[in-house]
Amino acid sequence: MAKVLMKGNEAVAEAAIRSGCRHYFGYPITPQTEIAAYMAKRMPKIGGTFLQAESEISAINMVYGVSSAGRRVMTSSSSPGVSLKQEGISYLAGSDLPALVVNVQRGGPGLGGIQPSQSDYFQATKGGGHGDYHLIVLAPASVQEMADLTAKAFDLSDKYRMPAMLLADGTIGQMMEPVELPPETDGNAVEKPWAVTGTENKREHNIINSLYLVPEQLEVKNLERYERYKTVEQNEVMFEEYMTEDCDVCVVAFGIAARVSKNAITAARAKGIKAGLIRPITLWPFPKDIIAKTAERVKGFVSVELSMGQMIDDIRLAESCKKPVALCSRVGGMIPSPDEVLKAVEDMEGGKF
Amino acid sequence: MAVVFSKPKALTDAPLHYCPGCTHGIIHRLVAEAIDDLGIIGKTVGIAPVGCAVMAYDYFACDMVEAAHGRAPAVATGLKRAMPDRIIFTYQGDGDLASIGMAETVHAATRNENITVIFVNNAIYGMTGGQMAPTSLPGQVTQTSPYGRDVKTVGYPIKVCELLSALDAPEYIERVAVNNVKNVMNAKKAIKKAFQNQIDGKGFSLIEVVSSCPTNWGMTPQKALDWVESDMIPYYPLGVYRDKSAKEAK
Ligand SMILES: Cc1ncc(C[n+]2csc(CCOP(=O)(O)OP(=O)(O)O)c2C)c(N)n1
Ligand code: SF4
Ligand SMILES: [Mg+2]
Repeated sequence: MAKVLMKGNEAVAEAAIRSGCRHYFGYPITPQTEIAAYMAKRMPKIGGTFLQAESEISAINMVYGVSSAGRRVMTSSSSPGVSLKQEGISYLAGSDLPALVVNVQRGGPGLGGIQPSQSDYFQATKGGGHGDYHLIVLAPASVQEMADLTAKAFDLSDKYRMPAMLLADGTIGQMMEPVELPPETDGNAVEKPWAVTGTENKREHNIINSLYLVPEQLEVKNLERYERYKTVEQNEVMFEEYMTEDCDVCVVAFGIAARVSKNAITAARAKGIKAGLIRPITLWPFPKDIIAKTAERVKGFVSVELSMGQMIDDIRLAESCKKPVALCSRVGGMIPSPDEVLKAVEDMEGGKF
Repeated sequence: MAVVFSKPKALTDAPLHYCPGCTHGIIHRLVAEAIDDLGIIGKTVGIAPVGCAVMAYDYFACDMVEAAHGRAPAVATGLKRAMPDRIIFTYQGDGDLASIGMAETVHAATRNENITVIFVNNAIYGMTGGQMAPTSLPGQVTQTSPYGRDVKTVGYPIKVCELLSALDAPEYIERVAVNNVKNVMNAKKAIKKAFQNQIDGKGFSLIEVVSSCPTNWGMTPQKALDWVESDMIPYYPLGVYRDKSAKEAK
């Protein structure tokens, strides 16, 4: 298929529609509003639902309703709105319901700002709402990946009966790039016998629920869920390696930070420093094994983040603190420049960290 | 022998956990009878609240969803939009519907969402042990208003039917009670109509049922029913607050 020029946010919306998602609920917030605008235009033309909810809380609970009916469904927001969705996300996880939540992150905490950020990493990868649970968290670094990972998120979410999050940022959401859109599917590949579609007097009633008052039962539910999570960790880790074959310094970065880092690595190589990049595409499950393996032969790591250092904890855990990990970060809507990343790489190479 | 009294098909065999004399049981039965009468059990999906009726998902024999506290109208919106040919109802208490879930309630109503809402007003937070509700009466003693509801500091009760009737959109709003046989018969008629409206595609129907909570009111079941008559109903007058189709037909 020919490529088309699209904004990252629009690519998410179109990819969702092509993945068979016919229900979108959202509440306006910068910098992701293009997703809602796109859905508002397209959904009525294809028999789908676009609904501007009264709040992010309502939007996520509408998502909960559609997902209970066994249909593909999504919502999108940016950081402050995603905080409001956490109650519903926890209920989705607790009821084993698939859904896609898109977070086009902006600076925080509080109302923060409207410029790009990656400071919701902890919230996305460590739970976010109450209780023991995980989301599948995918981190796009291009408009192409905004589309591809949207499709992937729906598939994984259905397959493992757990909500997925596309963790983007304001830059990727707003930038325009050529994109090849994913193929059209009806989104019904995975059977959902658990869905509440009406018994038709043919089966026992289905119940979508996260309440288990008997602690033994609730424990079993949690243990079963974590067995499923283990399978996800074994099978679904995604990452990109860039010039890592011979690298002495390994940069770890995702999303927009990874793009900046690639420029820095080219500059470092021109100066004779063997730098490379591991770019996690799944933030949960986190690509632990490749980082552990890489730790055996590099001098150290540089975690490049648009946060005060959140992913850096996962890097350290993955390599068991065997090698130093430096942080190169800007926050509040600022993005590290390739020069800043280069400096951090040079310092690591020179043993200054 | 002719069977004169049997359990509605829309109720499962699970024993209800409600306190003796609690009117939640009667209201469950009325909802189930309406579902039976209309022959819609196979295409109905119910939504249980967070409150004493949280386990309604075990009691109704249709497909069921348990919603987060107050979010049932949003969950119902999702279900109805996904399956316009299914019958979707919520069953909610006063804390659930009129406090934490007020935004969801008002907005589902103003969208005239084609759903049926059964609103159980017992003027208290039953499940959590008897705290003040948005519908607790002025002066009512509860765990969190131990000196009686002081309207000067915590304001007045919310009259949900009156409030929602201020909106242009909703199709049907009625307040009923279940404290005596006559009121129960009326309540049954109202609940059935609220489901029929949905079948006919008319939109948002809400039935407020003035209910009792003998346990947390600290009364015997009979005394509680008397208090419904003497104190609740005068504050919450029964009747039809909105019947859009009937009005338009005139
Ligand atoms: C978010 C959240 N806040 C508080 C609670 C605790 N809680 C459970 S039931 C309830 C009140 C229910 O009262 P009402 O809706 O009037 O129902 P009733 O029990 O009286 O039938 C509360 C506050 C909760 N489960 N979730
Ligand atoms: S606490 Fe009150 S509302 Fe709850 S079951 Fe008992 S009597 Fe009914
Ligand atoms: Mg109550």
